[in-house]
Amino acid sequence: MNKEEYSKLVKELSPKEPKLKNALVAFLVGGSVGFVGEVIVQILMESFGLGRVDSCAWLAFILILFATFMTAIGKFDNLVEKAKCGLIIPTTGFAHSVQSAALDYKRDGLVTGVGANLFKLAGSVIVYGIVSAFFLCLIKVGIIWLA
Amino acid sequence: MYLQAFLFAGTVCLLCQVILDNTNLTPGHITSGVTVIGAILSFLGIYDKIIAWAGAGATTLIANFGHMLYSSGIAGYEEAGFLGLFTNLLCSSSVAIVGVVVFSFVFTLIFKAKD
Repeated sequence: MNKEEYSKLVKELSPKEPKLKNALVAFLVGGSVGFVGEVIVQILMESFGLGRVDSCAWLAFILILFATFMTAIGKFDNLVEKAKCGLIIPTTGFAHSVQSAALDYKRDGLVTGVGANLFKLAGSVIVYGIVSAFFLCLIKVGIIWLA
Repeated sequence: MYLQAFLFAGTVCLLCQVILDNTNLTPGHITSGVTVIGAILSFLGIYDKIIAWAGAGATTLIANFGHMLYSSGIAGYEEAGFLGLFTNLLCSSSVAIVGVVVFSFVFTLIFKAKD
């Protein structure tokens, strides 16, 4: 059996992902996160008199606390497995990846395990976020100078 | 605002799920890509309009991380010049990074991984 035949066989035998269902679930779950977020923001704005920016910062804080705690008690992995992008694309996915990396490497010790691997999965988000934002800022600064 | 929040967050998640299912990209690629797209939309001045339209539907997404980085970088430049870019870039996204590190560290001390 050569390589092509083998990859064809693997493709046939591997279980088919129900793409339409996945997309629908991601839409509903992701939308619900946005909806609940908006509800929390409105509550914060009305009950505590916070501005919109502060409320959104509190919302990020609440979502991160929720996602890290749920991951820590082991309830979040199943949810992410089912909802996929619906929970990965919101801030919950970022928190989940940090928390699960931390738990996975706990056995390697606090420094070489948790400390070194905390951003094993979420690191790329931070790196590419900072790099792209920095260079876009430089371009913007160049535009401001030229104008 | 509630409906827009639902529709915007849901649509972005749906698009990402379609990309995830039909390519070889991992969730890591997708989240990094969405962050970069958020920074680019912020650069083009679009992301502020999206937030004005969809509210928390836009700020809960990881794209908002790119937006916060870019906008606080520019705010830093306007305040303190070139060095302000470096000293301010992480300002408003600090809540996400510090929150994640503190909570996950504390919870890691308390809880164990389930296999």
